[in-house]
Amino acid sequence: MKAWLPSLLRLALVVLLVAFVTNPGWFEPLLKPLTENNAPVIYNQGSLLTLTLLHLRTVLIATVAATIVAVALAILVTRPAGAEFLPLSRSLVNIGQTFPPVAVLALAVPAVGFGEKPTLIALFLYGLLPIFENALTGLTTLPANVVEAARGAGMTGWQRLTKVELPLSAPIILGGIRLSVVISLATATIGSTVAAKTLGEVIIAGLLSNNLAFILQGGLIVAALAVLIYDGLSAIERYTARRMGREAE
Amino acid sequence: MTPRFDKLGVVIAAISAYAAFAAPFATFRANRIVPGQARSILEALPATTGTLLLAIIVAAALIALFKTPLVLRLAASVMALAALALLIGVAGTFLTPAGNTFARVSPASGFWILIFAFTLLLADVLTRLNLSPLARVGVLVVAALAIGLLLISGSWDNLSILKEYFNRADSFWAEGSKHVTLALGSLAAAVIVGLPLGILCHRVENLRAGVLNVLNIIQTIPSIALFGLLIAPLGWVAAHVPGAAALGIRGIGTAPAFVALFLYSLLPVVANTVVGLAGVPRAANDAARGMGMTDRQRLFGIEFPLAFPVILTGIRIVLVQNIGLATIAALIGGGGFGVFVFQGVGQTAMDLVLLGAVPTVALAFAAAIILDAVIEMTATKRRVETA
Repeated sequence: MKAWLPSLLRLALVVLLVAFVTNPGWFEPLLKPLTENNAPVIYNQGSLLTLTLLHLRTVLIATVAATIVAVALAILVTRPAGAEFLPLSRSLVNIGQTFPPVAVLALAVPAVGFGEKPTLIALFLYGLLPIFENALTGLTTLPANVVEAARGAGMTGWQRLTKVELPLSAPIILGGIRLSVVISLATATIGSTVAAKTLGEVIIAGLLSNNLAFILQGGLIVAALAVLIYDGLSAIERYTARRMGREAE
Repeated sequence: MTPRFDKLGVVIAAISAYAAFAAPFATFRANRIVPGQARSILEALPATTGTLLLAIIVAAALIALFKTPLVLRLAASVMALAALALLIGVAGTFLTPAGNTFARVSPASGFWILIFAFTLLLADVLTRLNLSPLARVGVLVVAALAIGLLLISGSWDNLSILKEYFNRADSFWAEGSKHVTLALGSLAAAVIVGLPLGILCHRVENLRAGVLNVLNIIQTIPSIALFGLLIAPLGWVAAHVPGAAALGIRGIGTAPAFVALFLYSLLPVVANTVVGLAGVPRAANDAARGMGMTDRQRLFGIEFPLAFPVILTGIRIVLVQNIGLATIAALIGGGGFGVFVFQGVGQTAMDLVLLGAVPTVALAFAAAIILDAVIEMTATKRRVETA
């Protein structure tokens, strides 16, 4: 494969995605054969652009919150003061991953009501796990000689953390964030079953009215977003890994 | 001698103190959809029993708070959990007015927080005990038996989740078996297709990147969209391929759910097969070749057994993921426990949501523990054999 081909494909995907969410009318003839009985071809109960932006906002808020909490927890359990919690936190992460997102979503409704909040909670909890796991891997597999050298140079614990340990673990932590974002993008669509405003709304409207065009446009926008964000974060990851001289996993 | 505090114990003691004294233990509702009234432990239980429960919780929290022997901590957590499980049933009977079939009593936040706190303590003890894989499965079996006994004995019969169950006992088991069939069936299909595909990808380098990329992209399609997208092609197959409809292939229902779960399952199986086979030491392969083994003998005698733990890890990921995803099948009429979850969300009847969610979580949890144990056993066996 030529080296420029993937970049060109990515660019084409971006252009297509932007064109679709801003001017879905252009694509009407393409999707027309998928509908029956003159049903609407393009989702008509809200603008696709607004829904896409709301979808991204929900994922962003949840991921930022999950990153802060997960990295803080990982730092805590890798310090001497929190070392006691390390084995337990590992088993908790393992257990947490067995909770299906639908269950988390449905169980959050009685506590916080319908809408965006239960979705944020579910995405947050789901996002925590991959980031925590990767941050833990990053912080516990640092090259021992580098940490020793930092200690020998008279750095305090805080300096070692912010100047040595975190920068060195950044590529691996980013890998966790990437996983978490891709999972969240797909899971956010399920949020629409509890009335969150995301692209899931389009898909569910399609399921309810048996409109394949709706299902396809909702699903494809989410998939395109996921592929692009996954690629973008992978590129950042490779860049930081090169700078840190560490291979990203 | 000054007593020494256990750091996790401080957390457990703090949250259990809050849950026992400040949070509601049970919720009482006049019928299944009106807002509930909170009841504390002492209000929800007969006076002596309530005091006893508080005493058990305080004692267990104190044992957790200080540095105490592991056996004592194990006993404290099991004791507290057993008391909570038993007495929430008593609260159900105590709070329900005699002969009233509309009233609902459900566990409230305080109960769940206490369960969480002492499960945390139990998990910590079990982690520190470093149990063997078989022992972990044993603990799981004992816990399942205890819960089964509580269910059969009828001591939970007055709790709202079981009242929802009694209203739908038949459909519960029907949906449950559909759920398990969906999750296990799609896993089996993914293994049957994914293993040869993985072996092929391992042998033919040109194929590897392409196949893995396609499977990766399938994973990014949101599950509800994939379920929906399969309705049309399967509907077409049912209408145009003779015999397909007789096999149960239909546009909506179980068939698209099965195919969607199968597609999601392929990536972990194929990717782990490739990684597992790539990790087979070259020396092992060379030795086998030197002994005059054929390609097929090498595959089944050497490569496959050595890659097995890694492949099993892929299967574990798939099974846990499928049990969770199968809940979404309900959206397209595919059945499963998701039926109760979505019905409950629609009716804002949380007990009904729990009736669907609790068995799903329990299934996924049990599957994870059992497969983790199997993986660990095959991996250590391998190490002993190769050592």
